[in-house]
Amino acid sequence: MTIATFPPEPPPPPSWTRYLGFSTDAKVIGIQYIVTAFFFFLIGGLLAMVIRGELITPAADLVDRSVYNGIYTMHGTIMLFLFIFPVLNGLNNLLIPTMIGAPDMAFPRLNTAAFWLVPVFGTLLIASFFVPGGPATAGWWSYPPVSIQNPLGHLINGESMWILAVALSGISSIMGAVNFVTTILRMRAPGMGFFRMPVFCWTALAAQSLQLIGLPALTGGAVMLLMDLSFGTSFYRPEGGGDPVLYQHFFWFYSHPAVYVIILPVFGIFSELFPVYSRKPLFGYVYVAVASFIIVGLGLIVWVHHFFSSGVPQWMRDLFMATTMLIAVPTGVKVFAWLGTLWGGKLRLTTPMLFCIGGLVNFVFAGITGVMLATVPIDIHVSNTYFVVGHFHYVIYGAAVMGIFAAVYHWFPKFTGRMPYEGLGKLHCLLTFVGANLNFLPMHPLGLMGMPRRVSSYDPEFAFWNVIASLGAFLLGVSIIPFLLNMLSSWIRGPRATHNPWDAIGLEWLLPSPPPEDNFGEEVPTVISRPYGYGSGEPLVEHQAEIERRLQLQEAAA
Amino acid sequence: MNSSAGSSINRAAVLGLSLWVGVLVLLSHWMGQQAHHWLPVQASNAAPLVDGLFSFETAIGTFVFGGVLSVVGWVLLFNRAEKYDATDAVPIEGNTRLEVIWTAIPFVLVMAIAAYAMQVSHRLGLVGPMEHIHAHSPIEMQGGYAGDRLPSEQIEVIARQWSWEFRYPGSNVSTTELHLPIDQPVTFRLTSDDVLHGFYIPAFRLKQDVIPGRAIDFNLTPTREGRYRLRDSQFSGTWFAANQADVVVESREAYDAWLKQAAAQPLQPGLSLAVQEYAERQQRNTSGWATVPPAPPPQVNVPGSSDLPHDA
Repeated sequence: MTIATFPPEPPPPPSWTRYLGFSTDAKVIGIQYIVTAFFFFLIGGLLAMVIRGELITPAADLVDRSVYNGIYTMHGTIMLFLFIFPVLNGLNNLLIPTMIGAPDMAFPRLNTAAFWLVPVFGTLLIASFFVPGGPATAGWWSYPPVSIQNPLGHLINGESMWILAVALSGISSIMGAVNFVTTILRMRAPGMGFFRMPVFCWTALAAQSLQLIGLPALTGGAVMLLMDLSFGTSFYRPEGGGDPVLYQHFFWFYSHPAVYVIILPVFGIFSELFPVYSRKPLFGYVYVAVASFIIVGLGLIVWVHHFFSSGVPQWMRDLFMATTMLIAVPTGVKVFAWLGTLWGGKLRLTTPMLFCIGGLVNFVFAGITGVMLATVPIDIHVSNTYFVVGHFHYVIYGAAVMGIFAAVYHWFPKFTGRMPYEGLGKLHCLLTFVGANLNFLPMHPLGLMGMPRRVSSYDPEFAFWNVIASLGAFLLGVSIIPFLLNMLSSWIRGPRATHNPWDAIGLEWLLPSPPPEDNFGEEVPTVISRPYGYGSGEPLVEHQAEIERRLQLQEAAA
Repeated sequence: MNSSAGSSINRAAVLGLSLWVGVLVLLSHWMGQQAHHWLPVQASNAAPLVDGLFSFETAIGTFVFGGVLSVVGWVLLFNRAEKYDATDAVPIEGNTRLEVIWTAIPFVLVMAIAAYAMQVSHRLGLVGPMEHIHAHSPIEMQGGYAGDRLPSEQIEVIARQWSWEFRYPGSNVSTTELHLPIDQPVTFRLTSDDVLHGFYIPAFRLKQDVIPGRAIDFNLTPTREGRYRLRDSQFSGTWFAANQADVVVESREAYDAWLKQAAAQPLQPGLSLAVQEYAERQQRNTSGWATVPPAPPPQVNVPGSSDLPHDA
């Protein structure tokens, strides 16, 4: 039995400089993605501070209006294409191979190329701040005709650089998606059928399938936009017979599913973490797993709800309202499953658990405002107002970013070999939850009162809620400090982590912390039961006790 | 002994749960009533329908959110592991009956909301511009308009970067302040000279994107006298935020008098905050980023004002 030699003596820890080069190790690439993403998160966050600084008073007095428009455009673009997608791809890189027992991704060099495109288009996007005329100012939707106006008439301008960066981001994401889907489909450990796969992998598979289906529409739409902007074509130009609303179809055919690309893996994170910290199996595992793909199917047929007021016929409004509302059903199945998991558990309120609970509460709130937005007559009133901005930020910051923080704290020991500090983590969680709600809740009354989004000035009756929102935003800005402190100091000199500090069940927790480069190597254990067997006493894999004993011996020797 | 204790606990649990659900129902009802106060004054016949729907969904949403918060609150209070308890909880893997229930109930609920919303939206007659319907609007077919209250005159709305111009072709009047008679169905023809704009009057709860290259017919009926804001709702470039106009709803007599007086006025530059700020910006030579220059202010009979206090 080869098990007797597992795990081998660990080689000396590799140098940290591998994070600066073209590594093909998914665990290195994962950390490269996450660190790069958080670098851009700080830039995007700084831009958010300027936005909220401008909006703390009714007049446009902090920056010029054109500058404001550039800043809010770049805030959205950076946060989506340079923070949230890369950070999730980082988690995919770390978690997918280790969770399914694969030595690496299916196409390691493609993986390297996909990652290194991120700094390339990131630099391109940041460079657009410094070209004559400034960056793109048409919002992250970049609707024509305003996006193709090109006031200075230069060939190289903020908008063209923006389009190129978004197209490159799309190419990077497609390369990533091909890799993740192939890895999940082809490289699972022996015995790991689909219904023994952790839910995070289910949601990653669902999300990455959406990328493959949706991204070509956006990329095609963006290429046509670039042609209109730079080469005088008339795909969207009304004076040449084009249709500006056509772009909205291309854009939202991808960009609505993009929200599911973001939130599905976060559902995966919730589904992984609630069982660990409730000490109970995930309630209704099969339903939670399958609901991901129902969300994929429905998510592809709701895009028109983003432009109900732009001139679509009544039948389309009714149809897309109904499909949008239906998404509440599989999403509800997941929410109830998490509540069922918590119910009667033995809750351990660690930092990751607190982030998950906060994220769940915010997500349910966002779901309710989402159903309101799906309702055509209400949407007609609040679309393009701050109500939408509030809803969106509850989904993205309140739920997705909180889920991502939970994941970072939960898997930090596995991939760095160090424990994060609980006190700083809990402080970070508290500041994030309070800051996010102070920042984003006031946006709902503002929208209901009729304050449009994307404005650099507003009527005085909106001042009260805007001041509160700005204070919340500044608190969110402060909340990053304990996070950065925690990550840096615990990575450098935090207490050493054992292979399974949270007493969690999963293949990744049967690897040393940090795992060796090829994970299980040739000794991939055979999976013999479903994930989340908390309280059942059944082992997850063959020879589990032996594997764990050897890991403990190795830790004791170190 | 055990069974009787068990049943009395169950009875207490059922009683407690029913009480709590009752509290949640009351709270939801109250929030539904509060929802009306979060919205601007109702100044069109669309507003009560939209507000009713919003109030209904607020109540339902409060109940759902309250329910979830209750469960989360309960487990945080009563299901925490003891300090040194490293054991697992009872492994409950799922319950098919519950899954069916919590799939079916949300399904029925959202479909009911969708049906209610479709009904409201058909009553609103929010017909899309691709169905250029004049005399046969759904409102009329449902008997919403009396025969003698058909739209009498179409008002042309021209959106530009960054001003709103309103033309009354029947009276030969143009203005940058929209005047409307109360309780009278009005038809607009919305056009844009340059980019996308949004014709949005929050007090009316109505919004329609204005799309260059299309003429969009749009109907509404104001129901309350007052001064309201029209806000551009589709991002239109540098002075997007400043692209607002006032809407004055007045009695038929006042409206007729205003039209008559306006027709007698000579043409003069209309309101355009963008033109004003652009001139200042040129003088200061500030280092903003590139912008297209604003279109010259439209020549109108009555510029109106955008500095007077407005109701919403």
